[in-house]
Amino acid sequence: MSEIPEDLKYTQDHEWLRIEEDGSVTVGITDHAQEALGELVFVELPDDGQNCNKGDAIAVVESVKAASDVYSPITGTVSDTNPDLADEPEKVNSSPYEGGWLFRVAPENEDELEGLMDTVAYEEFLAGLED
Amino acid sequence: MAEQNELKDGLQAVEPLIFERHARHGSRNFTPEAAPAGEIPEEFLRGEEPALPSVSELQVVRHYTRLSQLNFSIDTHFYPLGSCTMKYNPKACNTLAMLPELLGRHPLAPGEFSQGTLKCLFELQEMLQEATGLVGSSLTPMAGAQGELAGVAMIQAYHKARNDLERDEIIVPDAAHGTNPATATMCGCKVVEIPTMSDGDLDLDALKAAVGPKTAGIMLTNPSTLGVFERQIKEIAAIVHDAGGLLYYDGANLNAILGRTSPGAMGFDVVHVNLHKTFSTPHGGGGPGSGAVAVGERLRAHLPIPYIVEEDGNYRWAVEDDCPGTIGRLSAFMGNIGVLIRAYVYMRMLGADGMRRVADYAVLNANYLMATLNEAGFDIAFPERRASHEFIISVKKITRETGITAMDFAKALLDYGYHAPTTYFPLLIPECLLIEPTETEAMQTLDGFVAAMVSIRDKAYSDPEALKAAPVTMPVRRLDDVRAAKRPDLVWKA
Amino acid sequence: MPFIPHTRDDLSAMLGRIGVNDVDDLFDEIPAELMMPGLPGVPSALSEAEISSLMHERADTDGRPVCFIGAGAYDHYVPAAVWEVTTRGEFYSAYTPYQAEASQGTLQVIYEYQTMMAALTGLDVSNASLYDGATAFAEACLMAVRANRKSKSRKILVPRSVHPYYREVAFNIISGQDIELVDLPVENGVADIKALEQLGDESFAAVVMQQPNFFGSLEQVDALTDWAHEHGALAIAIANPMSLALLKAPGDYGSEGADIACGDGQPLGVPMSSGGPFFGYMVCREAIVRQMPGRIVGRTVDIDGRPGFTLTLQAREQHIRRSRATSNICTNQGLVVTAATIYMSLMGATGLRQVASSCLNNTRTLVAGLTAIDGVEAAFTSPGFHEAVVLLDRPVAPVLEALAAENVLGGFDLSTYYPELGNALLVCATENRTAAQIDNYVATLSALLSEEGVRNCG
Repeated sequence: MSEIPEDLKYTQDHEWLRIEEDGSVTVGITDHAQEALGELVFVELPDDGQNCNKGDAIAVVESVKAASDVYSPITGTVSDTNPDLADEPEKVNSSPYEGGWLFRVAPENEDELEGLMDTVAYEEFLAGLED
Repeated sequence: MAEQNELKDGLQAVEPLIFERHARHGSRNFTPEAAPAGEIPEEFLRGEEPALPSVSELQVVRHYTRLSQLNFSIDTHFYPLGSCTMKYNPKACNTLAMLPELLGRHPLAPGEFSQGTLKCLFELQEMLQEATGLVGSSLTPMAGAQGELAGVAMIQAYHKARNDLERDEIIVPDAAHGTNPATATMCGCKVVEIPTMSDGDLDLDALKAAVGPKTAGIMLTNPSTLGVFERQIKEIAAIVHDAGGLLYYDGANLNAILGRTSPGAMGFDVVHVNLHKTFSTPHGGGGPGSGAVAVGERLRAHLPIPYIVEEDGNYRWAVEDDCPGTIGRLSAFMGNIGVLIRAYVYMRMLGADGMRRVADYAVLNANYLMATLNEAGFDIAFPERRASHEFIISVKKITRETGITAMDFAKALLDYGYHAPTTYFPLLIPECLLIEPTETEAMQTLDGFVAAMVSIRDKAYSDPEALKAAPVTMPVRRLDDVRAAKRPDLVWKA
Repeated sequence: MPFIPHTRDDLSAMLGRIGVNDVDDLFDEIPAELMMPGLPGVPSALSEAEISSLMHERADTDGRPVCFIGAGAYDHYVPAAVWEVTTRGEFYSAYTPYQAEASQGTLQVIYEYQTMMAALTGLDVSNASLYDGATAFAEACLMAVRANRKSKSRKILVPRSVHPYYREVAFNIISGQDIELVDLPVENGVADIKALEQLGDESFAAVVMQQPNFFGSLEQVDALTDWAHEHGALAIAIANPMSLALLKAPGDYGSEGADIACGDGQPLGVPMSSGGPFFGYMVCREAIVRQMPGRIVGRTVDIDGRPGFTLTLQAREQHIRRSRATSNICTNQGLVVTAATIYMSLMGATGLRQVASSCLNNTRTLVAGLTAIDGVEAAFTSPGFHEAVVLLDRPVAPVLEALAAENVLGGFDLSTYYPELGNALLVCATENRTAAQIDNYVATLSALLSEEGVRNCG
């Protein structure tokens, strides 16, 4: 059973979002995603200050068996990226929701956060996939 | 420095890198001595010599001969790799392709120094057309993936030439080989995936829903990657053609139907043939291959150049003027000619009867092996279906009960002297092994393979730890591929 | 039955185990209307002796003319040991090294090859090879678009002095992804550096240079590389690997070095064989290695800590990146790369330098002899490597035909691809050309172009 924290939002591409106090949005991949990929060997992150539209592929997570795009769940500007992942990409596996965060985006349009899944919805979504 | 190997294990010793061998200086005597060339201005010259090995001929021969002995190969081992067709590579194909006149011919040599080579290649085109049931061909694509690129590009050229500009979707079954969607994307198309049903056939309802005015074509192989014949192929062809799309055939599994049926008969418009599979050109440790393409009438105008044309007994290369709708040149010269000559010699040695026998015995061997493994208690993925030239077994039940996976079977087989079958492909069947014996293996070899599989299964229940530790008799044990990807060591440094 | 080992008894036993009467029954899932009666258009089988005889006849028909054509395929001497060892069954009939434990031989050869290519080019990481030089060039263009983080441009600047077939192939392979190749004009046989200034604010993903270029001339690689970097573009070098025995390595071009080096490895122990199989090589800076297509071999350890080799960074292969440029390549040229690795080990830097020097000297001798003939002059004054362009006082094609009748392949006619040069002929003399052969070419051409010759040439 994969872990799905309560205070986060989720996308159908197995990303989580945390809305920070200052309004920026931290993004990572879920426990389900890291489990499916296996141990990460490399993470390619966007540049600070890079503009992104909702749905743009702006990062890549790579394990021995697969390389997957990570999409920006919202439109905005990248404000920060996780500096630890260059040397320790496996942090995404051991701590997908905390130490393994990928990047932060300053959102341009608050409305985009409406359509995202909450914990229950994501849990149902995962259950649907297993059928 | 004395030559030490880490293991003193007869022929299985680990071999140091060539750069770690004793250096010798002095000139080489392979070509005549040359006065050092002056006259090139300093700014263009390199400062230091490149750091290449500096060893004697004996050291080179000994080093690479010993390395060869660390390999499995068809010449030494049974390789039941599904989808790869690891059949015997006849020696005559190599010897005759290496005749000095053929080897020494410049690609741009004029017609009067080319008739021998070109005649062989023209006859190869004709035989491939016959085998695929199609009417035109080009031998230039240098690998299966390049053949696919040519196929999709030809389909796009066809639609564009008819001013049908909306068609940018390629339909691909969910069980397809990874190169298919990659090729479609490389050509600027969108990939539309459709599901396969539990009996191995394509979901026709899903196909009908997926085709439309945006359909450029569909990429299929038959028998499919599930090892079974797509029985509804005529209907599939009708559905796609009626919607205005074309059919592309991935020739990876041609060995199952050679001389019995053909992609042309099934309704395909373009085919790539893997000469290194069906026509026994060497796998060479990863290449060179060849992905020759054959086409029906619709796509003839778009073949990649050059291909060979014959006029009054004279052979020459067709160029753009001969084929104004061509998708163009895909290689600097004319493709992997050395590989093509080997395929030609093979096909001449088989002849019409021999080519038909290929499918007969490939399918016989596969069905025999499937029946024997079935009797021995292994789970066949499609037990109600005939095997084509390959079939799938799943060890999912064994995994559930013992923790021993398809990967563990693969590693353990090495210790029994067998290369593993293809594992974990197609992705649809969990813990699967895709097994293709080919027609050149004897019944005794197949029996031996089954005995090894039974022995491994017994160990799965009695001593799983031993299997998790496999292989134990190879030059290396299981390798750390996470480390290889995380801390890449791709170049030796002094 | 050639290559089928079954006896009649085997056949019975096998059909019995399966539970059918006849092999035909095994095909009963195929709809009857799809079945073929056989292959009537394919001739009957030949015995090995018969095909051997046929192939000898065909080979004799092709003959052994004396070759002065280069243009991307070079007649070098290949030492006997190279293909003796390469065609050992354990290399020849080995599969792709996916099961690493069963393929340490092949994997170690490739690792050694990667190391040697890095040494020759002065760059950091090599892949295990691509199909040929032209497709390697196409892949380098795709890679530059993927890897260039400074520029979103989908344009690549390519001098007209790059091999015309390479430019055609690159166009055919990459134009499906909206990437444009932009021409840079040529002056005196090399890329026109002054023309760079006229490009103004145009931005490129990469700038390409071929060294030596298609004409055999030496490009201003330092200036081109620096210009590329100053304008946010990557620098792609297409380099003849034999020339790298003498010439500056791409890793040393300009102040920062090129970013990607690629080209055809045929000069390294691979026979011309009518144009293939050759192999494309690609080497790049460490920073962009994850964008490099093709297989790569890495060294690692096994569970006992013993060093071993494995294919690595495989997740990149066939990884579909929708927004950038994609590749579908999934092979390398295996056997040919094995031969090249053995060749480089046998020759070493000394041997390669000897060959390169020999080629240079022979071509100089040839060109000196040819340009001494009335009606022949050198096309360019720029320095060159082992090929050169000469201009004739009459159309090239009939001259080449007349030379061919004397068993001499005089060179490559440039008039189709470079009509602006006039009656231009690209000639090459490798170390395999003897003094006698060179003298014979000069004498034959001299006779052809004399008053006698005019009548004979028509």
